[in-house]
Amino acid sequence: MSEPSTVEPGAPVPTSEAAAPAVELAGITKRFPGVVANRDVDIRVRGGTVHAVVGENGAGKSTLMKILYGAQRPDEGTIRIAGRDVELRSPADAISHGVGMVFQHFMLADNLSVLENVVLGAEGRHGIGDGARRRVLELSQAYGLGVDPDPLVADLGVGDRQRVEILKVLYRGARILILDEPTAVLVPQEVAELFANLRALKDQGLTVIFISHKLDEVITVADEITVMRRGSTVATVLPAEVTARQLAELMVGSELPSPQTRESTVTDVMALRVEGVTLRATDGRTLLADIDFAIRRGEVLGIAGVEGNGQAELVETVMGMRTPAAGRVLLGEQDVTRWSTRRRREAGIGYIPEDRHRHGLLLEAPLWENRVLGHQTTPPNARGPWINRAGARADTRRIVERYDVRTPGIDVVASALSGGNQQKLIVGREMSGEPLVLIAAHPTRGVDVGAQAAIWEYLRQARADGLAVLLVSADLDELIGLSDTIRVILRGRVIAALDPSDVSPEQLGSAMTGAGAPA
Amino acid sequence: MRRVDVGRLGLTLAAPVLAVLVAVGLTTLVLLAVGDPVSTTWGTILDAGADPRSVALTLSSATTYYLSAVAVAIGFRMGLFNIGVDGQYRLAAFVAALVAGSVSLPAPLHVGLAIVVAALVGAMWASIAGLLKVTRGVSEVISTIMLNAIATSLVAFLLREFRSPVLGANNIGTEPIPASGRVPGLPLVPGTPERVYGLVVLAVAVGIGYAVLVDRTRFGFDLRAAGGSQSAAVASGVDVRRMVVSAMLLSGGVAGLVGLPELLGASYTYSQTFPAGLGFTGIAIALLGRNHPVGIALGALLWAYLDVSANPLQILAGVSSEIVEIMKGITVLAVVVAYEVVRRHRLAREQRQVARELTAGARTPEQVPA
Ligand SMILES: Nc1ncnc2c1ncn2[C@@H]1O[C@H](COP(=O)(O)OP(=O)(O)OP(=O)(O)O)[C@@H](O)[C@H]1O
Ligand SMILES: [Mg+2]
Repeated sequence: MSEPSTVEPGAPVPTSEAAAPAVELAGITKRFPGVVANRDVDIRVRGGTVHAVVGENGAGKSTLMKILYGAQRPDEGTIRIAGRDVELRSPADAISHGVGMVFQHFMLADNLSVLENVVLGAEGRHGIGDGARRRVLELSQAYGLGVDPDPLVADLGVGDRQRVEILKVLYRGARILILDEPTAVLVPQEVAELFANLRALKDQGLTVIFISHKLDEVITVADEITVMRRGSTVATVLPAEVTARQLAELMVGSELPSPQTRESTVTDVMALRVEGVTLRATDGRTLLADIDFAIRRGEVLGIAGVEGNGQAELVETVMGMRTPAAGRVLLGEQDVTRWSTRRRREAGIGYIPEDRHRHGLLLEAPLWENRVLGHQTTPPNARGPWINRAGARADTRRIVERYDVRTPGIDVVASALSGGNQQKLIVGREMSGEPLVLIAAHPTRGVDVGAQAAIWEYLRQARADGLAVLLVSADLDELIGLSDTIRVILRGRVIAALDPSDVSPEQLGSAMTGAGAPA
Repeated sequence: MRRVDVGRLGLTLAAPVLAVLVAVGLTTLVLLAVGDPVSTTWGTILDAGADPRSVALTLSSATTYYLSAVAVAIGFRMGLFNIGVDGQYRLAAFVAALVAGSVSLPAPLHVGLAIVVAALVGAMWASIAGLLKVTRGVSEVISTIMLNAIATSLVAFLLREFRSPVLGANNIGTEPIPASGRVPGLPLVPGTPERVYGLVVLAVAVGIGYAVLVDRTRFGFDLRAAGGSQSAAVASGVDVRRMVVSAMLLSGGVAGLVGLPELLGASYTYSQTFPAGLGFTGIAIALLGRNHPVGIALGALLWAYLDVSANPLQILAGVSSEIVEIMKGITVLAVVVAYEVVRRHRLAREQRQVARELTAGARTPEQVPA
């Protein structure tokens, strides 16, 4: 295997154009208590390119982007935009220099229209009336975003919402767009659409910087790739000259994992059954219609679907956070339909929520308290009515060790961890105490390839020991690789049952949109 | 590592100290601006610290303030604003006075009865707001404010209905509580006949109970979780509706005790002159003490001390004692600012520390292998 040719960070990128780079960060250092998030980072991004930043969890990617976006100030170093030194004190500063951030946790108001969302907070640019509408349509057309200004954001899917976020940033005059893990929430077709959009932006001379853990995607879309490791940039490479495998080695020094479940471990002991579950929204809309499935011990049942087709509602119904209008949920032979969330958790259901900030963590609380969260009533966290601090702290250390959570200690608050490390903590917590059933929504979302391999391996081991898993994932390789059987969900209905051993990601992808679903 | 911890402790104390200094500074400016004697004013205020009687009075009124602030803090810990402590304690004290004034029991039982009745009434009154919130989605801020107004009228009305003839025509109040229901003051401060409310013991017990409950128990964890992130708490299995009602019951229960030191230790009757407004003082002190059991105690003592020392201002320094109210207000504001300043300073300090360790070539987990 040949070494990928690397360009020294900071050295001029071999290019014919002599124009100043769109972005040039030099000597950026940023420290947090106990951690150096960025250490003397140099990075230059040519205008009119798509530039990817990759690196393991906690490598400092998000921090670097927050610095460029003005959300955080560097302790040392300079920021140069289009050849001019700038001081970015706030996101408003950054946008005035043409730098905009597309957020991963979409920050759109559901009950407003697309147009209103785009204009909100930027009324000064083109007013709120026809001028604004014209500009939105213009931008949408120019960059091939296909955004319709009129529907309510509540009615849009994730892919559309993301385009609205992009439009919002463009509307504010951004020439440099930052996207932090934009594809984590997307299924393959949507990823392809996003990439087409990014190419269109690039063709119009805009610059895109994006972070991703999906190395294949990175190689497909990027013009240049910068690899970060432990706070520093270690290499800038051209996609044509590397394979995903080599990238992974540059990042973490390990090979690309593949989620292959080996032999079947399915038993015939029933673990979780969902019978005829129907769920309605408060306004009477049907969110889930007559869902049926059963998971036995040692079995992984995968749910495939474009985000927003009822997966979240299904998971929350199984967890007892929503009450179905009809149907039953059975744990083993027990009818648990009327049980509280706590009782279900105590009975042995582990839960990796899809939105770790909303449902998985107390961001302002220390890590060891987050270890207790969701398991407040069971050992090692509790003794009778008391919280067992010593027990919880010791077990937090174990999780940090075993799941390789990169943190200065267990007393730091959860918000100080990088996204992937937060996820590892949650996975470790929910796999603790030998659950009978694990409800795993996007268990490896946001974690790097190395950690992903480790989590898959833990899941496989637990499955061999009899764990039943309900797996919801947007990562089709993960779904196909880990599941024993797959159900496809569309608009709240199960529309197909597939055998992962003879379905390709492409087939699964088209089944998810309802096109050509196999009978 | 030890030294770091000492430094951290210093910084924790720095915030309130800083706030008080700022408040003193700004108050001085106010005095200067209106041409009042600055040194006499501060002299008078400081003198109170050396006067045993003032110290005893401070302890007594801090007892009341402390209970009120803990009641507020319980709600704050789960993100509930119990603005209704005021109504809760007045109604509770009134009913407790009525009950304790109409029975005769052996001493400990009699006092115990009054305490239980007061806590129950406070809890019941507060629970109305809790139930409205979970069943009808009514903000507890609105409902507790309304309940304050209702409590005021209710007590005034009932006071007329149940007025005791013993007190005479000028003062309308409940039947005085007999000796067995009274809690004698404690001679805690030497050098003065002034005694401290006997129920200071109750305040200490409530403080310890609060600390243990919030920091050490599952219930307390659920309470804080719900305060930190409601959605995460729900996903973790916390029944948030039940927690809202429980927190309101507890908060109201403690609020019910606020009037007791005065009732069982000094007035022995609930009359028209029974102190009002203690609930609002509690809100300020809970903010000052950041809901921390010890912080609140310090805040209550400071507040009480300022009250007591302000009394002679008019006579001795010719300065309106309202200046102390100004200072209290500034202190609360300053404390909020000071905590932020100290937080940033701490962050910068830790970052410098990391930087030092790095330049010294110390091993850190982030060192890149060459
Ligand atoms: N606000 C903060 N306070 C303290 N430490 C922080 C803070 N933000 C980030 N860090 C630390 O800085 C380091 C880099 O974090 P960053 O979020 O930039 O990583 P990342 O490369 O984006 O990782 P991931 O792939 O997991 O998202 C981590 O060790 C993290 O714990
Ligand atoms: Mg990140």
